[in-house]
This record gives sequence, structure tokens and C-alpha cells, in this order.
Amino acid sequence: MTAAATPASSPVNAGERPGTRLARSRRNAELSLLVLAMVLVAAYGAMVEANVLDTITPTFWVPAAALSAVFLGMHLVIRFLAPFADPALLPAVALLNGLGVGFLHRLDLAQATPAERAELATFAGIGGRQLAWTLVSVILAAGLLALMRDHRSVSRYSYTLGLAGIVLVMLPAVLPASISEINGAKLWVRVGGFSIQPGEFAKLALLVFFAYYLVRKREVLSLASHRFLGIDFPRGRDLGPVLVVWAISLLVLVFEKDLGTSLLYFGMFVVTLYIATERVSWLLIGLVLFFGGAYLAYVLGEAVGGPFANFYLRAEIWLDPFGDPYDKGYQLVQGLLALGTGGLFGAGPGGGQPLLLPEVQNDFIFAGIGEEIGLFGLSALLVIYLLIVERGLRAALAVRDSFGKLLAGGLAFTLALQVFVIVGGISGLIPLTGQTTPFLSAGGSSLMANWLLIAVLLRVSDAGRRPVTGVGGKLSRPAGGPPEQLHGAPTEVIRP
Amino acid sequence: MPELVITVARFGFLVLLWIFVFTVVGVIRRDLFAGARSGRLVAAPRSVGASTGQATARPAKVKRGRAAHQLVVTAGQLAGTRITLGEAQITIGRAEDSTLVITDDYASARHARLVPRDGQWFVEDLGSTNGTYLDRAKVTGPTPVPLGVPIRIGRTSLELRP
Repeated sequence: MTAAATPASSPVNAGERPGTRLARSRRNAELSLLVLAMVLVAAYGAMVEANVLDTITPTFWVPAAALSAVFLGMHLVIRFLAPFADPALLPAVALLNGLGVGFLHRLDLAQATPAERAELATFAGIGGRQLAWTLVSVILAAGLLALMRDHRSVSRYSYTLGLAGIVLVMLPAVLPASISEINGAKLWVRVGGFSIQPGEFAKLALLVFFAYYLVRKREVLSLASHRFLGIDFPRGRDLGPVLVVWAISLLVLVFEKDLGTSLLYFGMFVVTLYIATERVSWLLIGLVLFFGGAYLAYVLGEAVGGPFANFYLRAEIWLDPFGDPYDKGYQLVQGLLALGTGGLFGAGPGGGQPLLLPEVQNDFIFAGIGEEIGLFGLSALLVIYLLIVERGLRAALAVRDSFGKLLAGGLAFTLALQVFVIVGGISGLIPLTGQTTPFLSAGGSSLMANWLLIAVLLRVSDAGRRPVTGVGGKLSRPAGGPPEQLHGAPTEVIRP
Repeated sequence: MPELVITVARFGFLVLLWIFVFTVVGVIRRDLFAGARSGRLVAAPRSVGASTGQATARPAKVKRGRAAHQLVVTAGQLAGTRITLGEAQITIGRAEDSTLVITDDYASARHARLVPRDGQWFVEDLGSTNGTYLDRAKVTGPTPVPLGVPIRIGRTSLELRP
């Protein structure tokens, strides 16, 4: 592709762009995208009312306006705290979150009797609760941006966070089922009226630890190896950590009865390892280990039952969803039928029958939305997820320290993997698991954790895109702004 | 609600959804494809032959009088990283507080720094163990850095770009 006449095409091409353009903060682009996203959310709300109620009430704009206020607040926070953060992240996430709230509000409308509809307050029903959770999550994300002025400062707490992550992962497994089990998956901690999914927060904590650990260890992991079949395989003793994480993820699979979470943790670690070492062999080892483990659990579930029975059942439903369409396979079959009914363009927002789907507010929200906006709309949503992930990986490319690279790359991949696991599950590509759809599903834990994830990505992308400001010296401009990147730099004698 | 309005609104919504997608793509288009070749997150060290090949081809492209706006890492583990240059100095080394933190076995904690003076960038070695090289010459004092000439620190190469 690159001839000698045009040496190093892409870096040079990139270099020809004036540096000043790259240094623009692009906050105004973010604002206009955000306005467009909120217009879409308001239009969705109006169409839902037109379809469900046959009329558009004068208050249809209230949820959209509340969301707009929240996201505009976040935009202002970013403007002041992370002015060079990526402009596409916030609007894309805001649109998904807004459509999620709109869809949940639509479920409320469909469930309520005409008399109740008039009474339905802004913060009532699952849609209203989701709106409140959005508010809380965005405030948390803004708080994280304010607290964490430099993503590298997190690495100081990495061992603490790693321990906290493991505790959070293991917590539902050791608690009695009465507290931790909902719908056959032991992923919850129920306290009072709230149910928290600690695993959602665990993935953030664990990822910080993985990134820190691998920055320290990647030299030995990537250099010491022997070559076999053209692929560099690591030494046996270096396999230790990956085997430990594999064992933990299998324990999650067995005791929490959840393939998705287990796949998420393990995939997260393997991909961070791959990013750190650039060895394809880690991906191969990871895939072989995971599929081997899952197959073993399937065989054991058939033969022994017990803790493996749940996974065996899920795999059976996945292999033949129509084998028992009214009982075991009911949920998946209804999801597939909903997607099929939606067809190419869907029944229109508010025009479907989402209440026929069990768990449509959680696991099956993608099928419920899909029935109404069709393949055409669903693929737009998937592309938006893709863009969020792409921006995360781009932030990883742009940032200048290895910890930030691993953190952002891992977080972006985790988001992608989670979308894959749940969308793959409801469309019958992989066995269905109880993952939440990021930003769409009802539920505070998932929303909060994912908004915190976005806050970290915003922080990392800000660090990557920010033009360098350093310690003002005699040679550089005096008073060159606060030395944010170099606050710990020792005093240096500048020689003339 | 008339059926026609509903149908128009239904398709209008889907079109608007895709318009949003393409607007986002438009906003980020500039760096979607930039650096595609060096787009690896943590790049493996490139072969010495490749980087010297670039170095010999490059001086023909050097244009005097153009100001440097970017510092690009062309080889080493951080290959593909760009720093937009301001008016502040850039410190390079393994220390976590360096502007450019390089995890290179042959780099010192505080290896070198780049300092701007009257629009010209100077590279200065900060007493590193293995030395800093501007193209092939070892840097002893503050040395002006022309555009596109590689600064070598251990296995890492850096270049100034306009």
C-alpha cells in the first residue's frame, strides 16, 4: 500500500493536519449532537403516546426535558472538568439512555388503565424510576470526573480495588439464595427494597486492577515465550494469573449460575492481556479454556446436575428453543417472535406487544425495542454501541501512558462484550444469560456502573486529546496554565 | 391520530435515528481512519530496518520554516501515539510523571526533554544511562530538532511533525 515515494502514509497524513485542529476541544459539537439526541428522545416519546394512547398528551415532553436537563448538566461538567474529552461519547450514551427511559415509560403506559395513565407522574413506574436512576448515575459520573482529575491516580488504589472487585464478585455466591437469587441467577444482593447487582461494579474495579497488574508484568508475559506453529506461546509458569481468573470465572458460572457474567470477567482479562502483550496466543488460550470449561459444565450438568444444571438447561434451550416453547423456551421464543414481528422497519414506537415478553424491561429490552423499531432501527442502536466502543478504543490509542491505554481499551471491550453477550443471547446466537443491556435495561446498578465506565473513558480521552501543558520555565511561556500532567514533577534546574 | 401521520412519523423516526448515527460519524470522521497503520494499542518494536528506511527517506521531505505541531512516536511500544505540542516542555522517561511515559528497557527514569525556544524545539539529554540520539548523532547539549528527524531513545523513536 505504501510505496517508498510516500513514506509512512498514515502518520504523515495525520501529521499534515495542523496540530491546532487536533487540539480543539469540540465541546460545541458535543452540545449539538446532544440536542439532536434529545430531539430523538422527545420524538420517540410523542410517537409512543400517539400509538398507545391514540393522542399526544400536552405533557409528553416532560421525561425528555428532564433527561435533557440532566445531560446538559453533564455536558457543562465535562466542559469545565474534561474540556478535551471525546465529543461523541456523551451524546451517544445519552441517546441510548433516553430511548431506554422512553421504552420503559411506554411499558408503564401499556400496563396502566386509562384512569391511571392520567395519574402517571414523571417519576412513577419503571420508566420514572429509570429516569431517577439516570439522574443519580449522571451525578455519580460527574462526581467521578471531579474526583479523578488524572486517571493515573486510580492506579494507586489498584490492589484495594482488585480485592474489592473479588469480594463484590463472590458476594452473591456466598450469600443465601433468599437474598441473592432472582430468576435462577445468583447475582444480586437484596437489601430492603433495593436489589443491587454488585458484579456490575466489580467489573470496573477488577479492570483497574488488571490494567495495573499487566502494566507491571507485561514485559515478562510478552518476552518469555516459545514458538509453536508460528504462534508465540507463553511459558507455563506465566500462565498462573490467567488460570486463576479462569478458575474464578468458572466458580461464578457454577455458583452464580450465570454464563454471561463469567464470560464477561474472563473475556475482560484475556483481552486486557492481549492488549498488553500483543500475543494472539493469549486469545487462543482464553478461547480454548473458556469453551473447554463451558463444555465441561454442560456435560457435567447433564450427568451430575446440581450446580451445573442451570447452565445445562440454558444450553438446551439455546440448542432448541422451540422444543418446549410454552415453558422452558418461552422467553427466548417470545423474544425471537418479537424480533420477527418487527421485521425490517418495526411496528412503530408504541405499536408492538412488548408485554408478551417476560422480563422485557431487563434482559429482553432489546427484543422489545426491536419489535417496534425493526432491524433498521436496531442496527442503528448497535452502530451507536459500536461508536461508543470505537471512541473508547480511540481514547486508548491516544492516551500516552500504558495504564491508561489498558484501562480504556479494557473498558471499551467490556462494554462491547456485554452488548454481544446479551444481544447474542436474545437473538439465539449464544445461550441466553441474564446480562443487562448497557444504558437501556431498567436497573440502577447497571446504569450507574456503565455511567461510571463512561466517566473513566471521558477522563482518559481528555488526557489523550489534551494539548501538552507543562511546568512553566524560563524556556517555555511563563504561567502556562496549571501543570496538571506534571504535578508530581521534581524541580529541575534549567540550564541556559 | 390519522394512519398516514403515524406511518410518516414511524419512518421519520428511523431516518432521524440514522441521521444521528451519521452525524456522530461525521464529528469523529477525522480520526476514524487516522493512524490506521500504527493503530495498534501497544505496538511491538518495529524492526530497525524499517525505521532507518523511513529516516533516510524523510530528510527530503523536511521543510524548513514550518513549525512543529505534533510529536509522534514512530517506533517502540507507544508507536502511534501523538502529542499535540503547546508551548510547554515535554519530558520523556520511565518516570510516571513524565509527559511521555515510555516503558522501554533502555530508557532512564528522566531520560530527555524537548524544549521550545522561539518556535524551534530543542532536545536535551537529562543525563540518561544509554543516551539520546538525534538520527545517528548522540545528543550532548541542547540540540535543535528539525521536522521529521527521528529522536531515538532506547527502542523508541520520536519525530516532530508539522
